[in-house]
Amino acid sequence: MANINIKIDGVEVEIEEGKTILDAARAINVHIPTLCYHEDLCVAGNCRVCMVEVKGARALVASCAMPASDGMEIQTNSLKVRSARKNVIELLLSEHNADCTNCYKNKKCELQDLASEYKTSGEAVYLDLVPLKNYTIDDFSPSIIKDDSKCIRCQRCVRTCEELQHVSALGVAYKGDKMKISTFFENPMYDVVCTNCGQCINRCPTGSLIERNYVDEVWDAIYDENKHVVVQTAPATRVALGEDLGMEPGKVVTGKMVSALKRLGFDSVLDTDFSADLTIMEEGTELLTRLKKALVDKDPTVKLPMATSCSPGWIKFIEHTFPEYLDNLSTCKSPQQMFGALAKTYYAQKKKINPANIVSVSIMPCVAKKFEADRPEMRDSGYKDVDYVLTTRELARMIKQGGLDFGALPEERYDSIMGESTGAAVIFGATGGVMEAALRTAYEIVTGREVPFENLNITPVRGMDGVKEVSVKIEGTVPEWSFLEGVELKTVTAHGLTNAKYVMERVKSGEGAYHFIEVMGCPGGCIGGGGQPIPTNMEIRKKRTEAIYMEDSGKPLRKSHENPEVIAIYKEFLGEPLSHKSHELLHTHYKARQRY
Amino acid sequence: MTYKKLKRIDLIFHEDCECHKVLEKTFSKSNDEIINDLLESGLKGRGGAGFPTGLKWKFTAEQPSDERFVICNADEGEPGTFKDREILFKVPDKVFSGMAVCAKVIGAKKGYIYLRGEYRFLLPELRKALDKFHNDIKDLIDFEILIQMGSGAYICGEESALFESMEGKRGEPRNKPPYPTVAGFRNKPTVINNVETLVYAFMICMHGPMKFKELGTSDSRGSKVFSVSGDTPIPGIYELELGMALDQFVEEFGDGDTKAVQVGGAAGFCVPRKKLKETIIGFEGVPTGGSMKVFNSSRSMYNVLHNYLEFFEEESCGQCTPCRVGCQQLIKGIEAVKKGEKKAVYLEQLLKLSETMKLASKCGLGQSVANSFSSIVGNFREEMIY
Ligand SMILES: Cc1cc2nc3c(=O)[nH]c(=O)nc-3n(C[C@H](O)[C@H](O)[C@H](O)COP(=O)(O)O)c2cc1C
Ligand code: SF4
Ligand code: SF4
Ligand code: SF4
Ligand code: SF4
Ligand code: FES
Repeated sequence: MANINIKIDGVEVEIEEGKTILDAARAINVHIPTLCYHEDLCVAGNCRVCMVEVKGARALVASCAMPASDGMEIQTNSLKVRSARKNVIELLLSEHNADCTNCYKNKKCELQDLASEYKTSGEAVYLDLVPLKNYTIDDFSPSIIKDDSKCIRCQRCVRTCEELQHVSALGVAYKGDKMKISTFFENPMYDVVCTNCGQCINRCPTGSLIERNYVDEVWDAIYDENKHVVVQTAPATRVALGEDLGMEPGKVVTGKMVSALKRLGFDSVLDTDFSADLTIMEEGTELLTRLKKALVDKDPTVKLPMATSCSPGWIKFIEHTFPEYLDNLSTCKSPQQMFGALAKTYYAQKKKINPANIVSVSIMPCVAKKFEADRPEMRDSGYKDVDYVLTTRELARMIKQGGLDFGALPEERYDSIMGESTGAAVIFGATGGVMEAALRTAYEIVTGREVPFENLNITPVRGMDGVKEVSVKIEGTVPEWSFLEGVELKTVTAHGLTNAKYVMERVKSGEGAYHFIEVMGCPGGCIGGGGQPIPTNMEIRKKRTEAIYMEDSGKPLRKSHENPEVIAIYKEFLGEPLSHKSHELLHTHYKARQRY
Repeated sequence: MTYKKLKRIDLIFHEDCECHKVLEKTFSKSNDEIINDLLESGLKGRGGAGFPTGLKWKFTAEQPSDERFVICNADEGEPGTFKDREILFKVPDKVFSGMAVCAKVIGAKKGYIYLRGEYRFLLPELRKALDKFHNDIKDLIDFEILIQMGSGAYICGEESALFESMEGKRGEPRNKPPYPTVAGFRNKPTVINNVETLVYAFMICMHGPMKFKELGTSDSRGSKVFSVSGDTPIPGIYELELGMALDQFVEEFGDGDTKAVQVGGAAGFCVPRKKLKETIIGFEGVPTGGSMKVFNSSRSMYNVLHNYLEFFEEESCGQCTPCRVGCQQLIKGIEAVKKGEKKAVYLEQLLKLSETMKLASKCGLGQSVANSFSSIVGNFREEMIY
C-alpha cells in the first residue's frame, strides 16, 4: 500500500494508507488515551476517550476507528478535545462504583489511570448514578468474578470471547441506560458455555472481570503449623511473573520465583514441569498405543486423532461444543492435576507425611485451572488433589505482600522430589510445546534415534500461526514399532479456541486427517494464559515465548524420558506408562455439557 | 434568505402513475443520465441527514463489487413521524419503482424494505402489491424486493445499525467510514434511502428534474411530506413545498395559541414563537425528517423535554459513553434542577454536556440529543427551573 502524509499536532507523519490516526500518533509517540481499543481485537470505537480533532470535520473523531487520509491535520490536545475527553471520563465515573481502595484492580486499572490523569477537582461533575442501578456481582464461579458495577461497557470482553475464543459466552444485553454485558439468559458464568479461559479478564480494563483469588486462603495454610504446604509452578509462570514485579517482558525468573516461594513460607517448592515430563510419558505412550490398535489390531473403536488434554479451557470447550469428540481426548489429566494426585500419594509416602495434612497449591498462568481443580473428577488421591490455584498475578501480589524485593532475590533450585524437569517440559508453556515434547520422546521410542531436527528444535510447530499442520515421516523403526515404518505422522497444533474450533470443524468434515492434535485454549499457549500479567499483546506474548525456548535450550536434559525423577517414579511407584496405578491417578474422562 | 409561501403540493400521492410505463421510459436512459437527472433535481435524502441522493447512487455504482444492494429504510421511529407508513399504504408501487430504478443504476439484484415492527399490519397488502410488481417488471429487470421486519428499536433506523440488525446481529451503529456506499449490508456497497426519498427519485424520473427543482430553495429543493401533530386542529400528512418560514406553517396548522414547534421530532429543534418568523423549514434553517409537532401555551416545556430525554435514555443503543451516560445525566440533571437539588447554573454544565454528546457520540442519535436539549433549555430556561 502507498504511504500518505498527515500532520499530528503540527508534526508531519508519513504512514501506510489504511492505518488509523491512533496508529499514526503512536508511531511518533503522541499519547492518545484509549479504553475500548485493544491490539488483539477488532475496533469498537465505543468509549470515545480517544477522540481527536480533524481539521474541517464537524464532530470529533475516534482516533482508534478513523483511518488517516492524505493531508489530514489532526489535533490531539485542543480545547475541544480536552473538554470532551474530560466530560467522557466524568460520565464513565458517574456510572462507576469507584470503590478503588476495596478493588482488586486498584493501581492496575485503566479507568483509574485516566481519572488520575484528568481529574483536577476533588468533586464529581455529574450526579452519581450508581445508587440508581441494580448492579450485580456474579461470584458463583471458582474461576471468575464478574462485577457489573465496575464495568465501563467497552465490550473488550465480548470481542475477546467472540473473536479469539469463538465461545461468545458474553454478549451485550438491553439498550440505553440498561445496557450491560451479560451471559445467556443472565445465568451465572458458572452455568454457561464460558470455558473459564480468562482471556476476557486479561483484556478487561477495569475490575469488572477478575479471577477469584485465593491469596488469603493460601496465607492461612502457610501459617497453619499443622499443614505441609507444597507448591508447584507451571512452565509459563517463570517467563511472565517478572512483568508484574517491575521487569520487562521476556525475562526468565525461575530461580527468583523459587527463592520467593521459599521465603513466603511454602514447605516445599516443586515444579509442574516434573509432571509435564510425566504427561509426555503417559500421553506419548497413549498415542503410540492408539496408533497400534488402529493400524495393527484394526480396532474400529479406537479414537483418532488423539487430542491433548492439558488445557482446561479447551476441555470445557470440547465438553460443550464438540462432545462427540470427548473420546478423542487423551485420557491424561493436565500436568497440574497429575502433580496434585501424586502430591498426596507418592510424595506423601516418600516424605512420610499424612496426606490429610498436605495442602497442595499451584501457581498457574491460567484461570481455568481453578475450575479444573474444583472438578469432581480431580479427587483421585482421596482428597482434593489441588487445593488452591493461584494465578501468576496472585503470586506477584503475595510476593509484594511478603515484602520481598524480587529483583534482588538470589536464584534457587526447586526442592526434591518432583522438582526435576527437562526442557521438553518447559516448552509446554508455549503453543506447539506439547507437540514438540511428545515428538522428541515418541520418535525416539519408535526409532531409537533423536528426532531429525537440528538441536532437537522442531521449529515448524513453533510460532504464532493459529494453526500449524506438520507431518513427520517415521523411518528406521525399531522392531517393536515396525508397523509404523514409513508412516507419515500427521499433526496439527492450534492455540486460541477460535483456531481450535476451526481444526475441529476440519476434523468433523474429514478435510483434516490427523493423528495427533495439540490445542491450547489461550492465544500463544499458556504464556498467553488468562492468569498471566496484564497487559497482553502479540509483542509481549512473543517475548515470553522466546524466553521459554531460551530456558529449554539451556537445560542439560531436553527429553522427558530422560528426567531422572520421572524414571524413578516409574520404578518406585507407577510401574510403567499406562499402568493400572497410572490410570488410577493420572488419567480421567470428561462428560458432555449442554451448549445452553 | 428566500422565504417561500406555504404551498401544498400533490406529487407523491397523486394517483396518475402507471409505474410500468415510467420504468420502461427510465430504463431506456443510461445510468449516467438518470444520475445526472437526480443530481440536477437537487434531491436530498428525506431520512434526516439530507445527503444528495444522486451522489449516493453514483458512489455506490462506482464502488467495485460483485454484489450491491438497495435498501428502503421504512423503520420510521422518530416520534411524531408517520408519513412513511402513509406512503407505503397508499402508493407502495412508487416506492418499489424507486427501488427498481436505483437497482438498475447501481446494478443491484436484490432490494430490501426494512419495515418498522409496529407496521406489521401493512404486510399483507404490501406482499400482494409486491407480487404484482415483481410480475410487472420481470420483462424489464432482474430485481427482487424482500421485506425484512424490524424489531422495535429506534436505533435500528440508523443505517449501519439497520445493516447489523438485518445481518442478525444486535442493532448497534458501526464506525464510519466505511460508509454504506462502500460497505453496507453484508459489507457490500449499498444504497440506503428513506421511503420518501425513493418515491421522489421516481417522481423525478417521471416528471424530469425541472418540475422538482422549481420547488423549494437552492439548499432545499422540492417538496416534502410532513407529519403534523400536537396542538393542531388538523393533524395529518401534508405534502408541502420546502423553504417556507415557520410562521406560515403555524398560521395554517396552529390552533391560534402556538407556543413552540418541534421540528424534526425528538432529534430535531424546538422553535419558540418569537423565532417562528425568522426560521426556515429546510436544510438552511431547521431540517426535518417530516415531524412537525405543535405545542400551545398549555404545554409544559419541561415535560416536553423530559419526554424526549426519556425516549433517548431508553432508545440509545448504549454502546458509546457520551450517549449512554449523557442521556441519563441530562434527564437526572433537569430533574435535580427542577426539584431544587441542583442550582440553576447546573443547566450550563448540562448544556456543555450536550455539546460534548454532539461532538463525541458515535452516531446520529447521541449527536442529535443536543438539538432538542439546547433549543428547549435555551428558549424556555425559566420553565426548567420553576
Ligand atoms: C437514530 C437514528 C434513527 C434513524 N431512523 C431513521 C428512520 O427511521 N428512517 C429513515 O429513513 N432514516 C433514519 N435515519 C437516517 C438513516 O441513518 C439514513 O441516513 C437514511 O436512511 C438515509 O436515507 P436518505 O438518504 O434517503 O435520507 C436515522 C438515523 C439515526 C441516527
Ligand atoms: S475498577 Fe478501577 S476505577 Fe473502578 S474501583 Fe476498581 S480500581 Fe477503581
Ligand atoms: S467487563 Fe470489562 S471488558 Fe467487559 S465491557 Fe465491562 S469493562 Fe469492558
Ligand atoms: S473466560 Fe474465556 S470463555 Fe469465559 S467469558 Fe471469558 S473469554 Fe469467554
Ligand atoms: S450515539 Fe447512542 S445510539 Fe449512537 S452508537 Fe452511541 S450509544 Fe449507540
Ligand atoms: S479507544 Fe477509541 S473509542 Fe474507545
